[in-house]
This record gives sequence, structure tokens and C-alpha cells, in this order.
Amino acid sequence: MKTKRTAVTRALWRFTSAIGVAAIAAFGVTESHAADDKTSITIGYAVSKSGPNAGGADMTVTPNYELWVNEVNEAGGIKLPDGSQLPIEVVEYDDRSSAEEVVRAVERLATQDEVDFILPPWGTGFNLAVAPLMAKFGYPHLAGAAVTDKAPEFVERWDTSFWFMGGGGDYTSALADILVQARDAGTINNKVAMISVADGFGIDLVNAARPDLEAAGMEIAYDKAFPPQTSDFATILNEAEATGADSFIAFSYPPHTFALTKQAQVANYSPPVFYLGVGAGFPVYSDISSGKMEGVMSLGGIDPNNELNAAYRAKHQEVIGRAPDYWGSVLIYASLQMLQQAIERVGLDRAAVTEELSTGTFETVLGTTKLEDNQLRDIWWTGQWQDGTFVAVAPGDRAGAGSVVLPKPGWQ
Amino acid sequence: MPTYASLALVAVAVSTLAAAPFYLSDYGVGLLIGMSGYVTLATAWALFSGPTRYVSLATVAFFGIGAYTVAVFSETLPYPLVLLLAAAIGGTVAAVVGLSTLRLAGVYFVIFTFGLAELVRQTVTWWEVNITGTLGRYIFLPFEGRHIYWQLLALLTVTMLIGWLIGRSRIGLALKAIGDDEAVAAHAGIDVTRTKLVLFVLSATIITLVGAIQAPRWTYIEPSIVFNPTVSFLTLIMALLGGPMRLWGPMVGAVPLFLLFEWLSANFPNHFSIFLGLLFILIVFVMPNGVLAKLEGIRKGAAQ
Repeated sequence: MKTKRTAVTRALWRFTSAIGVAAIAAFGVTESHAADDKTSITIGYAVSKSGPNAGGADMTVTPNYELWVNEVNEAGGIKLPDGSQLPIEVVEYDDRSSAEEVVRAVERLATQDEVDFILPPWGTGFNLAVAPLMAKFGYPHLAGAAVTDKAPEFVERWDTSFWFMGGGGDYTSALADILVQARDAGTINNKVAMISVADGFGIDLVNAARPDLEAAGMEIAYDKAFPPQTSDFATILNEAEATGADSFIAFSYPPHTFALTKQAQVANYSPPVFYLGVGAGFPVYSDISSGKMEGVMSLGGIDPNNELNAAYRAKHQEVIGRAPDYWGSVLIYASLQMLQQAIERVGLDRAAVTEELSTGTFETVLGTTKLEDNQLRDIWWTGQWQDGTFVAVAPGDRAGAGSVVLPKPGWQ
Repeated sequence: MPTYASLALVAVAVSTLAAAPFYLSDYGVGLLIGMSGYVTLATAWALFSGPTRYVSLATVAFFGIGAYTVAVFSETLPYPLVLLLAAAIGGTVAAVVGLSTLRLAGVYFVIFTFGLAELVRQTVTWWEVNITGTLGRYIFLPFEGRHIYWQLLALLTVTMLIGWLIGRSRIGLALKAIGDDEAVAAHAGIDVTRTKLVLFVLSATIITLVGAIQAPRWTYIEPSIVFNPTVSFLTLIMALLGGPMRLWGPMVGAVPLFLLFEWLSANFPNHFSIFLGLLFILIVFVMPNGVLAKLEGIRKGAAQ
């Protein structure tokens, strides 16, 4: 019994000292206050640097944060309204692709590091996870890599939130319009074969696509969800081809997008409309498709004649060492430029910056940019590979839009 | 009896911890939430896996079930009822799974439990895709960090109490016998499967509740968020570090590891995976029975 007692007591001591350590860690850090005479503007962010979300974050989000900070600091910093110019100091955390981590990291940035501004994490789910905190602490929340149809609702719920990537319905109704035009022109038949990954993006998009296609009078001849782990698409493509549909649509993630492309080439399946999900707008797609990506369609796109965008892509290549993707990257970079210009106009007061973002007009890589109801609506919904560039084709009435070229040429 | 002194110490510790949110920043409370969450997970995990030596990787399956239950019912049912329902669902799943698998031993059990997490995730996904047609779900409950922390602290206290009681009960003795040698335990008249099942269900129910309590903090839920296998691995490594055979072991492992991970993700945001892997190797090779056992061994070695 003697040894038992000491073991318990010892464990209790260890327990109490562990709490002590935790308390010191928690208290100690709250004392680090920013000095009154500022020497820098602190910008904090937590992104997924490890875990399943790391790939997406590293393609669309983190490089743009780094590029922007690099650009600003090379120019000497952000010019404040009082004439002073302050460089950016970055506080970054790894959220390890965990919702609990990203929430705590934002709490840490807001209450412990007391950073001036917080940049958002990657992904719809994680942006929603931090949205209540950003609103509570009064930080403008520039939700970049988040596709959601509920943005108008969220803006009401969290009035400091801004949404830059549109919703699933925006992308699918643009696609439906393209299909209707091609059908009415006699280029394609009325049938659509559609597959989707059984995960956030795929489900969102396919749920939006079904009513859009039905309203457009298209017949959905094939509609199949596949698990995210799927790597062999031979059967799916065979079945899709057997339906005789001229339009093949896949709401897929990069691994599927790449595998579908390779399988379609192997099986020599080249329907007049070949539309893929995330990944078809990555620069690496041209290697994946062995340079035969002509005519493939996906979300996003750029106006190849837009000099601002071209300059941005060149700069991204130069500083980061690789080209940005053709969809989200430029939107995220534009959101950072807006933040910078808002700070230059009204200073570091977060409420004023939020107001300015909401009501102001900005000059960004997208051209003259103004938010509508805290949402960016000037987005390219559909793009198509044409002559080695992923050209934006919808909305077709927007300046700079290319025209869709259908049917897609064969893979050879 | 020394129990009164220990009891008083525990009471002081619990009330100090309960008062902590009044003195801490939101981030401090966030730290406490993460810490108490993982301590509860590791302790609950060790309730079953410690004495029986059945290494379970199903932690996140139950954790996710808890979170999903809250996501599905938070709008329609009062919150305490949602928690009860989550516990009931988690316990039922554990009972069904336990009945069919607790006869598996060794590595087969490990593989099965790992598969179970994936099975539950795929089932939820399939259901959401084909039946309800949504995937993400929203949880808008008016909870602040400290409310979640208090619930976790209460759950942790109950869990520790259960662990302490089991250690002093017949079932605790039966479990130790099973851990030492299942065949001998069966011959000694212990209903091996029933004992294991009871503990498995208990442990899984607590884990389910941790998921249910933490879920409102994330606002938005989808399978890839709540069925994140890292939760299973971290729980395992924390319990192993402290020593799963002892009541305080998982806590001794979870608190420093949690703080270490926090420090790593702040100071070495780009190297977390490398450190995690190294730590796994270190624990398995240097302290396979945990810190407490190691310390005891060192003390005994010095005394001789």
C-alpha cells in the first residue's frame, strides 16, 4: 500500500506541475504587448502546412501571401495615412489540417500576438470555422479559398466577412449556359454524363448542377458519385461513353482530374465537351496531359490580354519559382491588394478598414474592383485551354472573355 | 487514510482549472480546451486499451460520430438531449462493433479499428451524398470557448473518477488478468469478452462525447474535418508517452505533448510532420511503457 500511495502522490504532483507549466505558458504569452510606437504592421495567418489540406493551401494560398509580403516589403512597406511607411512582419502557424487547430491559432493571433490583421486559412470548412472568431475580434475576414452559395447569408451573420470565390451555383449555371448555346447551335447533343467526387467540392457542385442542367432542358444520362480514394476511372469513363452523351462533366479534385485525363487519353475518349474540376487549371496540367489539353474546360480562367494579370503571373513565377493556378490564386492576390489599399487609405483601425473594403473601389490585378454586398462577383466562372493558355470563356458578356471553341479536338 | 489529502488536492486542482477562464485570454482558454480535450481522449482510450493491451485506432470514429450527431440535431433538439443522444449512438456503435470484433487479437484488432474509422467516415459520406444530398453541416450554437472548456473539464473529471473506480473494482482486476494472459483469465472464470466489451463501450462513449462537446467550436462540419485520422494517432501517442497502464499516465503524456505540438506549430510551422514521426520512434524505442514507468525504473535502478 505504501508504494501505491507514493505513486498516486507523485502522479498528482506531476499533474499539478503540468498545469503550472500550462498556466505559465498561457499567462506568459498574454503579456507580450505590441509597443506603442510601431515599427511594423503585423500580419498573422494559420494555413495547412501539413495534413490533407497542405496541397491545396500550398497551390493557391500560401504562395500568394508570401508574394504579397515580399512585394510590399521590397517597396519599403505599406504607406499609412499619416505619411509613415511600415514594413509587414509575418506571424505564421501550421493548422495541421485540423479545425480545432485553426480555431485556436486564430485566437492566438488575435488575443496573444495581437496582430494588426489576420489572413484566412485554406478551404471552405476552415474559413467557416474561423469566421465567428474573426467577427468577434473585429478582424476583416477576406475569405479567399472558399466556394459557397451561402455567402449572402454569411455576410449578414458575420459583418466583417468578405467572400471572393463565388458559389457552386455560379459555376454550374455558367456551364449550363455554355452547353445550351452549343446544343442550340447543333454542336452537341442533349445528353450529359456527369460524375462527382463524394466530398465537399464535388457534392456542392453536383447539387447545383442538377437543377441548372434540368432547367436548361439537358438530359442527365449518367450521374455518378465516386469516393475520393478512387484512382481507376476506366469503368466510369466506359460507362459515360456508352451513354452516347456529347458532354462529359467531372466535379473532381486534382488527383482525379489528372487520372481522368490520362485514362481518357488511353481510352481515346474525347467527347465534344470535356469539363473537369480542380486541377485542370493548374500549370502542371499541361504536363499531365502531355501538352494535349487543348479544348479541356474547367472552373476559373484568365483573360490572356489582361496585362495586369500577365505581370502578376510573371512575378509569381519569379518570386515563388512556379506559376500560379488559373483560378483562385489571382483572386486571393487581389484580396490582399485590396487590404493593402484599404490600410493606406484609412490606417490600421480595423473597423475603418472593414468599412473601406466593403464600400471602396480598388485597383487590383483584376482591374478596377469593387465588392457587392461584401462579395467579389467579377469572377471568371468557366475557362478553356486554348493554345496553351487557360482562357476565361464565361461570363461571355464580360470584357476580356474569350469564346468557347467546341467541339473539343481529339487528344492526338 | 491518505485518500482525503489526495481528494482535497484533486478538488483544489479542479476548481482552479474551472476558474481559469476568468483569468486567461481567449487563447489561454483555447489552449485549455485543446489540452483537456486530448487528456480526456487519451484517458478514455487508456481505460480500455491500457489494461487489455488492445491498441485501438478507432478514436476518431467515435469522436466524429459525436461531432456529427451535434451537427445533425443541434437545430432540432435541446442541447443536453443532443449530448445524451450522441453518447447513446456512440455507445451503441461501440457495442455492435465490440461484439463482432473483440475476439480479434493483436495486430488484427489494430487494423480493424483503423478500418472502422474509415468505414464510419465513408458511411456518413455515402448517407449524406445519396440520402440527404448535402455534405457540409453548420452548427450555430451560442457557445464561447469557456463554455466548451467547462463541459470538457466536467467530462474529464468524470472520466478520471471512472478510471479510479475501475482500478478498485472486480472488473479492473479482471482487465489486468486479461492483459497479462487472456487464456489464463478465461480459465480462471472471467467472462473475457463481456469484460472487454463493457470497457470498450465505456471508453467509446466518452470519446464520442469529447467530439460532441468540441464540435460547436468549428461552426462547419464535414467528414474530412471530423474524421481526421491524426486525432487517433495523437491520442495513441499521448497515452503511450505517459503510460496507458496508469490512471494519470495519459494526462502526464498528453499535457506536455500538447504544449510541445503547440510550440512546434508556432515556431517550426514547416516541420511538424518530421517532429511527429521522430517522436513516435523515440517513444516506441526509448519508453515503450511510458514516462511514469521509465521514471520508476530509473528510481529503482538508482536505489539498487
